[in-house]
Amino acid sequence: MVGSFRAELTKLTKRPATWLLLGIALTLGALFAYVIPYLGATNGSTGPTADRGLAATLPASIVGNTLGGYPVFLGALLVVLGVLFVGGEYGWGAWKTVLTQGPSRLSVLGGKFAVLALAALGFVLAIFLMGTVASLLIAAAEDASMTFPSAVDILRGIGAGWLIATMWAMFGAVLGILLRGVALAVGLGLVWMLVVQNLISELAAPLLPWVDSAQRGLPGPGAGSLVASLGAPVGTPGVESVMGGGVASLVVAAYLVGFVAVGAVVLRRRDIL
Amino acid sequence: MEPVVCEKLTKRYGEVVAVQDLDLVVRAGEVYGFLGPNGAGKTTTLRMLLGLVRPTGGRVLLHGQPPGDLTGVGAMIEGPAFYPYLSGRDNLRVLASYAGVDRRRIDVVLDLVDLAARSKHKYATYSLGMKQRLGVAAALLKDPQLLILDEPTNGLDPAGMADMRALIRRLGAAGSTVLISSHLLGEVEQICDRVGIISHGRLIEENTVAELRGGAGAGLRIQATPVDNAVSWLRLVLGPDAVTVVDGTALDVTVDPSRAGEINESLVKAGVTVSELRARERDLEQVFLELTGGESNGR
Repeated sequence: MVGSFRAELTKLTKRPATWLLLGIALTLGALFAYVIPYLGATNGSTGPTADRGLAATLPASIVGNTLGGYPVFLGALLVVLGVLFVGGEYGWGAWKTVLTQGPSRLSVLGGKFAVLALAALGFVLAIFLMGTVASLLIAAAEDASMTFPSAVDILRGIGAGWLIATMWAMFGAVLGILLRGVALAVGLGLVWMLVVQNLISELAAPLLPWVDSAQRGLPGPGAGSLVASLGAPVGTPGVESVMGGGVASLVVAAYLVGFVAVGAVVLRRRDIL
Repeated sequence: MEPVVCEKLTKRYGEVVAVQDLDLVVRAGEVYGFLGPNGAGKTTTLRMLLGLVRPTGGRVLLHGQPPGDLTGVGAMIEGPAFYPYLSGRDNLRVLASYAGVDRRRIDVVLDLVDLAARSKHKYATYSLGMKQRLGVAAALLKDPQLLILDEPTNGLDPAGMADMRALIRRLGAAGSTVLISSHLLGEVEQICDRVGIISHGRLIEENTVAELRGGAGAGLRIQATPVDNAVSWLRLVLGPDAVTVVDGTALDVTVDPSRAGEINESLVKAGVTVSELRARERDLEQVFLELTGGESNGR
């Protein structure tokens, strides 16, 4: 397991796509959580999200503001990461190369999942660091308060972000295993993240009460409710408060465990072709 | 304990039977050639040996144990497959981590396959032959007692093929057991001690190369004058179907080669001058085509 972890860490950190995804996440995060809201606030915009104002970009709001992207766009990037990291083994036919060295399938998958969880933490910390720098720059420029939330709140926010980010990465990983590749898994993962979730919450749930109830059990609304409970601006895509923070944490954690279990069972049982 | 034992090994994919009731034993220290046309079931069998594919029936034992952590076993199955964004050396580092092998072994195997000079270049930039050599290097990482290679000379140029054959012979001479699958009969003929021939998922022949070449269909090649007299006499003695005239001057005679002296004496007594008489062995290709019914490799 230690050998598998080391091997998987090398593969992930030396893969250019990993850093490209992180770069895109940081750029989009900075743009939509800080630059655009700041420009809107300082230009006196009256657009539909103008009510967030300058306060949302200051250090005091860092937890909610950096968590707001996880239900949809940061989540989508983590799904892509999970698919690439696990589905790529099928695309390159590398499972046979790895497994003929002798590690068990579950040991390799355990290494992969552990490294993915670590990568998800890295993403969350990098986004938080970006938020710290951006909010301090804005506070300095506006001569505003540089007070951050309490350490407990920050740790709670990082923990929630890590939980959601890991869940989405495992969702991508399990799609890669089920579909034995990258292309279809990425496509379907993004369709779920960017289209189906929105259709369910915006179209189906208001029309059908049972859909409204059922969507509370889905990972997207779980992630959206969890970050909303920690101060993410409602109105950000995917951020909605359809359940309490505690229940939302359990929903997200249940999906995380479920994805790991499904991935392990399927990989263990299937032939490596 | 035999390095490889397959007993009644069977694999079905729905209605398609890929391998059926295959019994196979590879003995310690031998180079065993696993021959068959494309689609005959060679790779599926090797995948079952390594635990990549679960048999539908029967069992596999490697050194007396079911395939598990593959201790002492190295393999390359159905062509090399590595991470294109890593260098050849980094690919081997990753595999050494999985295998728990000392990283100093990487330099040894890179030298063995003559890839050390390009080891720091990205795998994506390698030629097919270099990829193949990296695949063999990966199979050698664990310094295995049993080496399983699926079409090891695919993509290699003639010099590379000769190097690969020499490497396999060296490994065999050093006491390693080697199981290679191939559809290149000349290659198998040159390096293998024993050969198993698979067709339509069944093992249809298993023997030493010498036995296969000298079996039914072997005979004598005779140069004699006058040819017509020699033909008439031999057909009278051995039967009308025993003699074939080749190029108008030579005779292929279907007879046990051990009767060469007797045939020579008989021809001389019949007034025929014999200028050449030698045992005629079939090449492996002829044996293969007879056994597989001329089944095409590219079917």
